[in-house]
Amino acid sequence: MHEMSLAENVLQMIEEAAQAQHFSRVHTVWLEIGQLACVEPQSLRFYFDIVTQDSIARNAKLEIIDKAGQGWCNACRHLTRISSRHDACENCGSYGLQITDGDSMRISELEVE
Amino acid sequence: MCTTCGCSTHKARIFGVSDTPHHRAQTRLHYRSIPPQTVQEPQAVTLSATHAPGMNAKRILRIERDILTQNDAQARQNRDYFSKHHILVLNLLSSPGSGKTTLLVNTIRKLRERLPMAVIEGDQQTDRDAKRIRATGVPVIQINTGKGCHLDAHMVNRAMQQLPLQDGGLLFIENVGNLVCPASFDLGETHKVVLLSVTEGEDKPLKYPDMFHVAHLLLLNKCDLLPYVDFDMDQAVQYAYRIHPGLPVISLSATLGEGMATWLDWIETAHQGVAGKQVPDTSPAVLQLD
Repeated sequence: MHEMSLAENVLQMIEEAAQAQHFSRVHTVWLEIGQLACVEPQSLRFYFDIVTQDSIARNAKLEIIDKAGQGWCNACRHLTRISSRHDACENCGSYGLQITDGDSMRISELEVE
Repeated sequence: MCTTCGCSTHKARIFGVSDTPHHRAQTRLHYRSIPPQTVQEPQAVTLSATHAPGMNAKRILRIERDILTQNDAQARQNRDYFSKHHILVLNLLSSPGSGKTTLLVNTIRKLRERLPMAVIEGDQQTDRDAKRIRATGVPVIQINTGKGCHLDAHMVNRAMQQLPLQDGGLLFIENVGNLVCPASFDLGETHKVVLLSVTEGEDKPLKYPDMFHVAHLLLLNKCDLLPYVDFDMDQAVQYAYRIHPGLPVISLSATLGEGMATWLDWIETAHQGVAGKQVPDTSPAVLQLD
């Protein structure tokens, strides 16, 4: 449910960028969402459409770029792909990996005019 | 509309008074001399543009900012304030009904002679928890998030301005009962303390990994009920370690008092840490009840 807050934050940052960069219309928003980030992309899409209804981002296309999860295994000292925080190391099967990528949620780019 | 502050249709309320929406209005921070929030302008770079006459001047802007930038900036301000005034701030997180308020009430009773304390209570509705805290004599602010499912740094900032916070004191923030959303929102606290009660099942760390990942301390509460429930303490800790290796764990019963001394010692050590006396001990310590 906090996806609604996140969508509001995205809109707020778009509006700030609009003031600073002098644009009045947003056509596309690219978000980078890590596989391990605490956000549900479908829910974020749903709320994005709602919160942007009366804004410069009305009807903007939301493009979500997936970022794969990656962790560092202290046991075998390898980087390993993971799809959840409780995954084991692909190489040696150890748990307790240190997350090195895929937990971000960022606004990447905007297509504006 | 907004679940963060409740602006538009869903109003967040602090002690029943509608909160100022932070999205449209500048947060008033002046009386604690905290500088107005300054968020860096986006590092926008125009990547391409169409300049042909008669065509729309579409362009691509590179933004590259975390979605929670605003919250994190406010959290940094809160943290700076707490740090400057040597206030230990503990953000209590758990699912509903795991015993946060009971733990708070009994912790306050043990510490109120030794430390100046204050509490920020977060719930969607009612001030029932605030009333329980107020009965202990400690100042408390109740935030009702309305439809919102978590506290954020702006709410805490406004609440802390209404509290008599004393230098060198202890501020508890009881977050909205929810093992998902509050994990994402930094409030500026010193430590996140996650409660898991033995009536909930030992696989909670696997089901809600983000919360256990961000925790600084795990409290296994209601341990007096262990003889009556099917809860494997060791398994729960092992699951927590999968998500967060070395997470300190204390088992206790907030109601009957077992394990409370260890919890109070942990607070004492953390308090000395913010007072600059020593760094808090974060070594793992699993404590079983007799």
